[in-house]
Amino acid sequence: MTMRPWVWAWAAAGLAFVITLMLTSGRGAGELAYAALSFGAFAAIVGLGQMLVITLGPGNVDLSIPACMTLSGTLALKTMGSDPNTALLGLVVALATGFGVGCVNFLLIWLLRLPPIIATLAASLIYQSLAIWSNRGLRIKPPEGLADFATGRFVGVPNVAWVALILAVIVWVTLERAVWGRWLLASGQNARAARLAGIPVEAVRAATYLSVSVFAALAGYLLASFSGGAALNMGAEYLLTSIAVVVIGGSSIAGGNSNVPGVIGAALFMFLVVSMLNSYGAGAGIKSVLTGTIIIAIVIAASTRRSRQ
Amino acid sequence: MLARYRILLPVISLALLLCLTFWMQPRAMSYFGLNLLFNLAVPIALATIAQMMIIMVNDIDLSLGAFVSLVACVTATWLNDAPLIGVLILLALIASYAAMGAVIHTLELPAIVVTLGMSFVWGGLALFLLPTPGGASPGWIRALMTVKPPLIPMAVVAAILIAALTHILVIRSKIGTVLRGIGGNTRSIARAGWNVTALKATAYGLSGLFGVLAGMALVGLTTSADANIALRYTLLSIAGVILGGGEFTGGKVSPVGAVIGALTLTLAASFLSFLRLSPDWQIGAQGAILILVLTARLLFSRKGAAT
Repeated sequence: MTMRPWVWAWAAAGLAFVITLMLTSGRGAGELAYAALSFGAFAAIVGLGQMLVITLGPGNVDLSIPACMTLSGTLALKTMGSDPNTALLGLVVALATGFGVGCVNFLLIWLLRLPPIIATLAASLIYQSLAIWSNRGLRIKPPEGLADFATGRFVGVPNVAWVALILAVIVWVTLERAVWGRWLLASGQNARAARLAGIPVEAVRAATYLSVSVFAALAGYLLASFSGGAALNMGAEYLLTSIAVVVIGGSSIAGGNSNVPGVIGAALFMFLVVSMLNSYGAGAGIKSVLTGTIIIAIVIAASTRRSRQ
Repeated sequence: MLARYRILLPVISLALLLCLTFWMQPRAMSYFGLNLLFNLAVPIALATIAQMMIIMVNDIDLSLGAFVSLVACVTATWLNDAPLIGVLILLALIASYAAMGAVIHTLELPAIVVTLGMSFVWGGLALFLLPTPGGASPGWIRALMTVKPPLIPMAVVAAILIAALTHILVIRSKIGTVLRGIGGNTRSIARAGWNVTALKATAYGLSGLFGVLAGMALVGLTTSADANIALRYTLLSIAGVILGGGEFTGGKVSPVGAVIGALTLTLAASFLSFLRLSPDWQIGAQGAILILVLTARLLFSRKGAAT
């Protein structure tokens, strides 16, 4: 098999796109693609971060992504307070929040030797409380310019999709062309061997846990601006989505192997599958059952492909 | 020796938290008070045991909360209206858990992803069954959950029973030892002539069984169900297992510890409300307690390693 794993995610996304359009006999193709790019962008940004963490090897996963998104979105909007010309300030606040969250997560993992699952889970409860406390149920609108940016487009493609694309290119170059990416992959494949080879494994881990939180913070900031305000549950669905897009995209859940184009394809696929089921009038229950079945089917297909190699 | 020490810390954390609670609210120190404090711990303890069965074989179950919710919905509808079909559905659910374990092992799939996908399936089925909250608890479950034994409240009796039975099953019995061996070293178990696929299916099936019991116990307490009733159990159960001295790898689990972990988590919630802590901080304080206990464990195990 010479086909790369990411082809499958893109093929599945294309298939879902075509099946949806079969219902409308081709009408609304542009709108559907536009919506997929907008919503897929958020899943792609958090998926890229989760991919880096999962690449670190077995047991590494960040469960604090939703809380980090909510907290950074909330704090950013509170700081901006709907004043015009504060978009940059809000971005700085959001990214700083993400940086802080990443530091706390890594310190818990490194100093207290907690398993990452438990560390990020316990810490996410604290971030959630912080978000509740600072939000107080208020819904602050984002400044107008920022809201226009988040919902706007450039050369026919949503601005948020451009952001995701730029981020993906940066991650891809770092992974494939930079020393840091080699270090990350080596640490994920065999941490002991990497350490003996002189790779600063702990520094790589620190940078990875910082990146995922900063990515989540950026996604939270954009999502809050996109949807007209931060809500306490706005990150909830991205916990499962972030892990699902990594796996569907063809990255190895056991680590040491990452796949940037696959994450993008899988992010589009996750949105398109839901809109496909929606357009065929599936109820919420059936939609969820089918989504789960499709995820498992893809994982099984990927594993039989791997074992045939 | 180490296994004995492992149970010490969960016991101390629970005792400490219990003392603090009694000190804050002396009226809790009664039959009625204890029952109220630990009532909701029964389904959580069962769910924690279910999670422990999976962690025991080095996997993790992210679908447990959705599964318990689905069981709660089945219990509140079919088991109440048509008990025979209800029992068949629940048995089928346990069987599908066992099948999930077999599939994960034979195809070498990552459990974290498969269970993630299954959580959508269970959640969807639950929503399909009960689109709006409702249903009713079968009378006998309600009676069982509200029974008032002499001297010791039901919740405490149930917790002791669950801990004792699962201790015999997991630590003392032959099958439990082999199952923990899977977590310790799968290859050596396979070399010893065991059918690992069947063993993994057994572990998952046991998890399904305890998940079903958790859902039924939950409905007995709440008297109705909805599709999202137990979603938080996924994280609670993982936290409970780890609090109880379990580890993610190596088959190092403690059923008694897991039950104590579940009791500690439940008690933490009550304790925080006794503290008159602003509701904003209640979730966060639970996270802080979790980190605190795990830090204590780290200090503990370092000392153990030094001597």
